Amino acid sequence: MNAPQSVSSDRWTVAGRTFSSRLIVGTGKYKSLEENAAAVEASGAEIVTVAVRRVNISDPNQPRLTDFIDPAKVTYLPNTAGCFTAEEAIRTLRLAREAGGWNLVKLEVLGEAKTLYPDMRETLRATETLVAEGFEPMVYCVDDPIAAKQLEEAGAVAIMPLGAPIGSGLGIQNCVTIRLIVEGAGVPVLVDAGVGTASDAAEAMELGCDGVLMNTAIAEAKDPVLMARAMKAAVEAGRLAYLAGRMQKRRYADPSSPLAGLI
Amino acid sequence: MELKESLAIHVNGDPRRVTVGVTIAEMLSELGLDPRKVAVERNLAIVPRATFGEVRVAEGDAFEIVHFVGGG
Repeated sequence: MNAPQSVSSDRWTVAGRTFSSRLIVGTGKYKSLEENAAAVEASGAEIVTVAVRRVNISDPNQPRLTDFIDPAKVTYLPNTAGCFTAEEAIRTLRLAREAGGWNLVKLEVLGEAKTLYPDMRETLRATETLVAEGFEPMVYCVDDPIAAKQLEEAGAVAIMPLGAPIGSGLGIQNCVTIRLIVEGAGVPVLVDAGVGTASDAAEAMELGCDGVLMNTAIAEAKDPVLMARAMKAAVEAGRLAYLAGRMQKRRYADPSSPLAGLI
Repeated sequence: MELKESLAIHVNGDPRRVTVGVTIAEMLSELGLDPRKVAVERNLAIVPRATFGEVRVAEGDAFEIVHFVGGG
């Protein structure tokens, strides 16, 4: 393959839309909308995830996310966070589509509150219905190559396995299955959830993922804007390292300086 | 005899009353909401934004009015 010579020429495509940034960031947990917007800017992300929630009827003039992060400039990816059944998730995304007109959505159907682990039976069922209704779901899932394949066959436009539980910051727990998912997938694969710091994001990219989605790692950093910059750099570094092709590991040392001509 | 001048409905789970005959667009205006920034579900069915000005609120309607907020 012809590896791109610079990060800027290295684009990726999901459901016919092409992006330069391989970092998708969430918009939850920030101290303020101002800080949120500054972190998105620093991350270089072209896609942000957003949640669909009831408007506050008692105070309709509260500041809005859309006033700080312009949906005309950054692609909003509505999610189904908090949904525990296929029906809840589908209902949420139908509303999201009406609110914003977007078919590109993030599907997540959770199995339990403690781990926020995805319920794959409900996730697969929701994927089938959403695809039949014309949605293009990017799907949060377990790090299981077979489940990933089933989602792709059902019409998922991207496979987004967890690296570790949502909000845990534990880093990628199973590099082997993430790599297997990447190798088997015909659609983009993004690690979604579990990233804690920059090296975790770089690791996901070094495994060959097309991108990384994160929220808490940036929002809960002491300096979220600085961490957003770090994540941008890490995703780019990991991507370049993947394209460059890493050296083989050796069990013992191999000197870097020539042995010939030693005095 | 009590004149029935308002309708009993639910908005986002809470009981409310609105004037008989109002459209969804008028209801949103009464609530102080910008119709371009919300999505409306009525009795579990999406109300297309293009029809806000035509669809009239009926007694017992249950509305969900949503928008985008920060989320991961």
